[in-house]
Amino acid sequence: MRLESRIPGGPIADKWDKRKFENKLVNPANRRKFTVLVVGSGLAGASAAASLGELGYTVKVFGIHDSPRRAHSIAAQGGINAAKNYRNDGDSVYRLFYDTVKGGDYRAREANVYRLAQMSVNIIDQCVAQGVPFAREYGGLLDNRSFGGAQVSRTFYARGQTGQQLLLGAYQSMMRQVGAGTVQLLPRREMLDLAIVDGQARGLVCRNLATGEIEAHDGHAVLLCTGGYGTAFYLSTNAVNSNVTAAWRAHKRGAFFANPCYTQIHPTCIPVSGDHQSKLTLMSESLRNDGRVWVPRNPGDQRPPDQIPEADRDYYLERRYPSFGNLVPRDVASRAAKAVCDEGRGVGDTGLSVFLDFTDAIRRHGEDVIRSRYGNLFDMYTRITDENPYKIPMRIYPAVHYTMGGLWVDYNLMSTIPGLFVLGEANFSDHGANRLGASALMQGLADGYFIAPYTVANYLGGTPLPAVSTSHDAFQEARAAAQGRIDQVLAVKGSRTIRDFHRAIGALCWDYVGMARTAEGLDQAIAKIAELREAFWQDVRVPGETNNLNPALDYAGRVADYMEFAELLALDARHRNESCGGHFREEFQTPDGEALRNDEDFSYVAAWEFQGVGAAPALHKEALAFEEVHPSQRSYK
Amino acid sequence: MAMTLTLRVWRQAGPDQPGRLVDYVAHDVHPDMSFLEMLDVVNDDLIRKGDDPIAFDSDCREGICGSCGLVINGVAHGPDPGATTCQVHMRRFAAGDTIVIEPFRARAFPVLKDLVIDRSALDRIIAAGGYVSVNAGGAPDANCLPIPKHVSDQAMDSAQCIGCGACVASCKNAAAHLFTSAKVTHLALLPQGQPERARRVVRMVEQMDEEGFGACSNEGECEAVCPKEISISNIARMNREYLKATLAGE
Ligand SMILES: Cc1cc2nc3c(=O)[nH]c(=O)nc-3n(C[C@H](O)[C@H](O)[C@H](O)COP(=O)(O)OP(=O)(O)OC[C@H]3O[C@@H](n4cnc5c(N)ncnc54)[C@H](O)[C@@H]3O)c2cc1C
Ligand code: FES
Repeated sequence: MRLESRIPGGPIADKWDKRKFENKLVNPANRRKFTVLVVGSGLAGASAAASLGELGYTVKVFGIHDSPRRAHSIAAQGGINAAKNYRNDGDSVYRLFYDTVKGGDYRAREANVYRLAQMSVNIIDQCVAQGVPFAREYGGLLDNRSFGGAQVSRTFYARGQTGQQLLLGAYQSMMRQVGAGTVQLLPRREMLDLAIVDGQARGLVCRNLATGEIEAHDGHAVLLCTGGYGTAFYLSTNAVNSNVTAAWRAHKRGAFFANPCYTQIHPTCIPVSGDHQSKLTLMSESLRNDGRVWVPRNPGDQRPPDQIPEADRDYYLERRYPSFGNLVPRDVASRAAKAVCDEGRGVGDTGLSVFLDFTDAIRRHGEDVIRSRYGNLFDMYTRITDENPYKIPMRIYPAVHYTMGGLWVDYNLMSTIPGLFVLGEANFSDHGANRLGASALMQGLADGYFIAPYTVANYLGGTPLPAVSTSHDAFQEARAAAQGRIDQVLAVKGSRTIRDFHRAIGALCWDYVGMARTAEGLDQAIAKIAELREAFWQDVRVPGETNNLNPALDYAGRVADYMEFAELLALDARHRNESCGGHFREEFQTPDGEALRNDEDFSYVAAWEFQGVGAAPALHKEALAFEEVHPSQRSYK
Repeated sequence: MAMTLTLRVWRQAGPDQPGRLVDYVAHDVHPDMSFLEMLDVVNDDLIRKGDDPIAFDSDCREGICGSCGLVINGVAHGPDPGATTCQVHMRRFAAGDTIVIEPFRARAFPVLKDLVIDRSALDRIIAAGGYVSVNAGGAPDANCLPIPKHVSDQAMDSAQCIGCGACVASCKNAAAHLFTSAKVTHLALLPQGQPERARRVVRMVEQMDEEGFGACSNEGECEAVCPKEISISNIARMNREYLKATLAGE
């Protein structure tokens, strides 16, 4: 199968207009005859469902939560980028596009990124019109802050709860459509399989998590908006129920998985404190606007931070990257933190953390100003660590946060399965090998409000879609497969808990496929993952039954999928013999420790085709062409 | 410094089954554990012993998604003011304590199993009017309408509601007034919310009644447990808005 990216021709600034004009439309009177199944109600899913409902399609929305408002997008803290140039500081659509392509270490598709930058402007308008209470200045206009990887101030925010407010905006628009009868909510439903009829995605099978019942739903297109796979690492900043299950099951049905090894380790998280932890908590990147990162200059310096004089401190980001300082992109900041800890200069009991110090900012602006900017984050920090960051510097360490990889999609956001679209973090499309801060919210909403409504219409309007119902064999087979897997995992009745296995797979991912990777380590990881998967199916203990509410059973299914997915993660990292963005292979670095890309051999998207559990997947390459931004060694010095 | 505690937990097999409090011993509880991490450990012990683990909801585990919600020793979300259940840490308890853990209870929140409840009634209140009717694509420039900072900040104070339902659980009438009034206030304060202001409050209040939530008798328990510290003054505003709207014939 050849990968067709379906990027329109013509100048980059006109491509999306051209595509919109070429697209087929659906007559308003016919729209309600088309059923679109939206899986997930985060920013991507809720915005898509709302927009499609407004247009008059029949929409069903599935999600694992009790309410669509609880999708993981709710937890985003820092902000959302838009090329509004309200600050008059030299921003433009082109600059946002440029920063994002460069930030992604030249591993993203230019045409997608340009469209994303264009849409960013409409997103802010849309959200303000919905009543999203973004931060404002005294004059009543919208405020901005800075995020990593940019020298302009283009990040819009709502205190430390930007994701919450954006999601509630999208959720409310979607609930309006629920009231209007175009959108039907199916909460507490976990998608377990895709139904494919004559090569087209025509529905799905899900488990009703409240009753245990397996349900089938037919439709004309399926939109996967199920988020990222950061919880493969067990500890991450993601919500504990985040999973790869829907995407992975679609992959097993033929959707290619692209660039799984591009995972983002966020530099500012509360460090690991013990093995009881179920997740790690992010301290928003926005803190780097005012906080200064440092460690003692000399290894083994055990003095409390306030007794370490300036001369004995190393503000290593400011030293190494004078022009971006504390605001270098995440991958760069994370690796730098790891490097100083590896040198024995890390702080805290474990030696695995660095200081994020607000003393100077508090001296300059006063404690009240700092409280008004970051109060909720400081409170969160105190609750978890029992320390007061107004008085003693925060301690932070990198943690898994976001996944740039995901199901492969073309320019229309359609996967390699016709009729299966993938939106938001679940697709691979816009961030290349590293995502810049405040751009995931932007992407999720661009996909849902402004892209899918056009490209899904084009598919529905231009594709013959014969009548299909859930009595079709494809649904029966998918149902049986989903139930079979549940029965299988319940039948093991071994001795180890699911969490035990999740921790074990997470540790393998973190140790070998984390911040620094090597060929040798990855080879070991691949072997160990296969062994662990074997052990899982021999020895996992899943309590309860299939026919009622059973969170342990839901969890077991997700961990079982990670046992398969982790292997692909490691294989992809093993095959990419270069370092780029969040993928750092120790063998490939510059003399001063920066990522060393190999454009000659690896300027492509790696899209993997499933060939069976434990069987080597087939690699398909989508070559990346850079016509606008010339790839160079990324420099933030 | 590990502690041993006794948990007295509400167990209920299904929506139509009777429930009861059952005692469990929690061993090796570390003060740095969160409350839900402590329950994870207890559950893993139950699983190893072949018992049915305690069902409860949670997701973000950082106080923003509103999934978690337990009544801990009689208080919705437990001992920490301005915090959700998932933000409570075990350092708040002492070795030997007995902790009573129950679900959020209200007529409109049926128990599905153990500590898991159905809060979809809150979604239906939003569907009745908790939005601004603006379709994707038709919005004017975001800065065309300046909004004074204090107004926008005040709207944000109300908009912070996480929809956990603690207000309902803590109210002796099981009223949803704090939840509903937070959304009414958020949108009534902003210029974007004006065109539907009257219709919104009437429809949301009617839906609230239809769902079986109780009447508000100004006890203030809701404000005391709200993890986002949403003020009870929102309720007064909603009552005013409602009165004005009904007098105007909405
Ligand atoms: C702590 C934190 C802070 C962040 N801060 C920022 C920020 O400041 N700025 C920024 O741009 N980005 C930020 N991000 C990233 C950003 O929040 C996410 O990438 C984005 O919200 C993902 O949105 P989504 O719609 O793709 O998926 P999600 O919001 O993750 O939604 C996934 C949906 O899929 C459903 N689902 C999942 N699995 C299944 C299944 N098997 N079956 C059915 N339904 C399923 C869920 O119920 C949910 O509704 C942050 C991320 C984290 C973790
Ligand atoms: S789990 Fe999200 S608020 Fe507690």
